[in-house]
Amino acid sequence: MTHNELPLFYVFHFYFFGIVGIASAIAFVTRKSPVAAALWLVNTMFCLAAMYVLLDAQFIGAIQVLVYAGAIMVVFLFVIMLLNLGHASALSDARGMSGKLIAGLVGFAILAQVFALTRAHVPEALTLPENALANQFARSGAIAPLAGPLFKEYLLAFEVTSVLLLAAVVGAVVLGKRKERIRAH
Amino acid sequence: MLTESLFFSAVLFTIGVVGVLTRRNAIIIFMCVELMLNAVNLTFVAFAQVYGVAGQVFVFFVMTVAAAEAAVGLAIIIALFRHRQTVNLSNINLLKG
Repeated sequence: MTHNELPLFYVFHFYFFGIVGIASAIAFVTRKSPVAAALWLVNTMFCLAAMYVLLDAQFIGAIQVLVYAGAIMVVFLFVIMLLNLGHASALSDARGMSGKLIAGLVGFAILAQVFALTRAHVPEALTLPENALANQFARSGAIAPLAGPLFKEYLLAFEVTSVLLLAAVVGAVVLGKRKERIRAH
Repeated sequence: MLTESLFFSAVLFTIGVVGVLTRRNAIIIFMCVELMLNAVNLTFVAFAQVYGVAGQVFVFFVMTVAAAEAAVGLAIIIALFRHRQTVNLSNINLLKG
């Protein structure tokens, strides 16, 4: 899609969700209370889901809401409330001046690098024709074009991911177990 | 919209990095890592529009790894909290020389 052809409605919403997402992210890293921070992060993830939908990734947007905003952030909030961290402590947990300076420098360097990358030239031979993805989705639905490569070209990665999830489940249970109970056996 | 997406993604990633470097609460640092993963996902989706649907498939894998990472990481944080009664990383300095 070239910029000129896009309707104003589309461009407005893309920028709207992008700016709201970045504002929420800034609020997220500056809040003292972990619960407030987590809720701002949820807001960022909703904005990202909206941007995915605008970028012809409707299914990814739905998964973003279900998995990230729905499941992962609920686990985070659950742990925050389980550990009773909800109250903003009297002392801020931010690092001192040197930490902020280093963070600023590193942030600036990374930002400069990524901006240099955004100016990189995209090889013509690799690019799809305009609106190819949207047309593909219009022809065969939003999920089938994703399922094809997932279960054919990337089948090995898919299977390895299932092993990874199993290992994560076992690891979480082992780590979460109380030590006293192990000694009692 | 590729350039704009990369711009938003870069800013979100940088906010995540700065969060990791400036905060000491382990859970908030962990959430900053999630924010960085999300920023990369936005890049994948934006490039998928230009290079084909493989980028969107990659986002699945990133999300799965993020879910596994959240499960294990939060279990580690809970185990750490049982030992030290805190998640402030300045109090958790066993490896400091």
